[in-house]
Amino acid sequence: MSTRSPDRSESGFSRWINRESTAGLVFSMPFIIGFLLFMLIPMGLSLYYSFCKYDIVNPPEFIGLNNYIRIFTKDATFTKALGVTAYYALIGTPLKVIFALVIALIMNHESRAVGFYRATYYLPSIIGGSVAIAILWRRMFESTGTINAILGSVFPGMQNFNWFGEGPAIWVLIILTVWQFGSSMLIFLSSLKQIPMELYEAASIDGANGFRRFWTVTLPLLTPTIFFNLVQQTINSFLAFTQSKLITNGEPRNSTLFYTVYQYNKAFPAQGKSQMGYASALAWIMLIIVSVVTLLLFKTRKKWVYDA
Amino acid sequence: MKTERKLWKEILYHLFVLAGAFIMIYPLLWMVLSSFKPTDLVLPTSKQLIPTEWTLRNYIQGWQGFQGYTFGTFFLNSFIIAITSTFGTLFSSSLVAFALQRLEFRGRKILFGLVLSTMMLPAQILMIPQFMWYRHLNWVGTYYPMILPFFFAIQGFFVYLIMNFIGGIPKDLDEAAKIDGCSYYVTFFRIILPLIVPALVTSAIFSFIWRWDDYLSALLYVNRAYMRPVSLALQLFNDPSSGSDIGSTLAMSTLSIVPATILFLIFQKSLVEGIASSGIKG
Repeated sequence: MSTRSPDRSESGFSRWINRESTAGLVFSMPFIIGFLLFMLIPMGLSLYYSFCKYDIVNPPEFIGLNNYIRIFTKDATFTKALGVTAYYALIGTPLKVIFALVIALIMNHESRAVGFYRATYYLPSIIGGSVAIAILWRRMFESTGTINAILGSVFPGMQNFNWFGEGPAIWVLIILTVWQFGSSMLIFLSSLKQIPMELYEAASIDGANGFRRFWTVTLPLLTPTIFFNLVQQTINSFLAFTQSKLITNGEPRNSTLFYTVYQYNKAFPAQGKSQMGYASALAWIMLIIVSVVTLLLFKTRKKWVYDA
Repeated sequence: MKTERKLWKEILYHLFVLAGAFIMIYPLLWMVLSSFKPTDLVLPTSKQLIPTEWTLRNYIQGWQGFQGYTFGTFFLNSFIIAITSTFGTLFSSSLVAFALQRLEFRGRKILFGLVLSTMMLPAQILMIPQFMWYRHLNWVGTYYPMILPFFFAIQGFFVYLIMNFIGGIPKDLDEAAKIDGCSYYVTFFRIILPLIVPALVTSAIFSFIWRWDDYLSALLYVNRAYMRPVSLALQLFNDPSSGSDIGSTLAMSTLSIVPATILFLIFQKSLVEGIASSGIKG
């Protein structure tokens, strides 16, 4: 370096900046900053607040593990919300993935119209997360809505069915999520296309009929995709917010109270003081639950997922 | 005889799939067609899909909005938020994707792991933590929380999608550029960026639709009427206290899904391929 003449000093920087190791960091810089600023710091901050009593207006007051103790020992609504969320995830996710798989198998067909069908079945997934659909869903399932009008003309007596009663209300939300099976369906379709024809031919020569071919060739080869869809949809259903907040808002009697909605209500109650510390503790518990569930799903992976 | 049976099978197949398609889009058809019915006929004639009497009144009435602002304001807000945050997402995600896919540097593996972990750490978990942090920053009541973070590649999904795409570009191109004396920066802007346009189009559409639909952030951070995006405005408009009725609510709901639907119809193919190649939530 010292032997370089002064007019070359600039090239010292330019050599440094053009090194692969530097360029890698420079290109990654947006994510490094973003991760620190918008993920790590908020998470750290909320970890601290989860040990505090904090109503936003007054400064936070450190109370140790009290929030967590209260959540696990005294909070019946927490248990209820967890149960509702688990029910929704355990029923909604498999139904959605099964629908996606069955429809994908039907769509895996040589015809020019398939492109059009695929688009039609996928459209609900594209717009399903919007407020418009939440409003529509509420209107459709109201006792005077179109669902009851149609059901009533087929099954007399159904025209006054109360979909938002304690039992069926959660099903209104499950139907909504199952309706959006489109993106899983597309993922299945693309894996189906990758299954080599020779495998089916070989199975046919061995005398396997359609059902057997599905059972011994298609299904095992799809297990990685099924796994992928299950993980993704399970996480999504644990975190559903907009639709449950807008369609039922936890009603009636907390029978549709999703965990995220409960957390929101603690942080931003319609009346009374905000409990930010408590809500932070709820957020951390959710993070741990989602991580554990994901880990468990990965643990079962070896048992049933076929890896070529 | 055999071909005739095959033909019948084919016809049955199409009838079956068409019936399914009708059920799938029935809710949307109902919403769109009901929005053209006189508002007091929407519920009484809810079994009937096609209006007997067509009217635009719901659109004219609904567009007036509420609390002194028309839906023109709300739509403009949504466009501003969705377009700027999408631009940020595309730019930052493609930079990071290039680094993680093509460059060898210390910490690359850890960064890749963190990018994947952001896919598991969605907005709903971060809702409370981020709210408190943005409050510290005095960002509540501004558009910052809905725009600025997206300039920092915080959605791992897009980084991953673009990484996969860059992975499919022959490395010889980079090598040739290097031999010609191009720096990594020039290589990225001159060679990689033009080649990843298809991945950017797919990302842009998903990002735009997700930002457009984002209700949670608007709920948390927007507290003035003139700043409301369509998602939040629509939810407030739906409340009868805003002076709306079912007809005008359905009309504005229909309008609010028009941008996403148009994008979907135009770019259907690249969306389908984008999902198929990388998998997606939703």
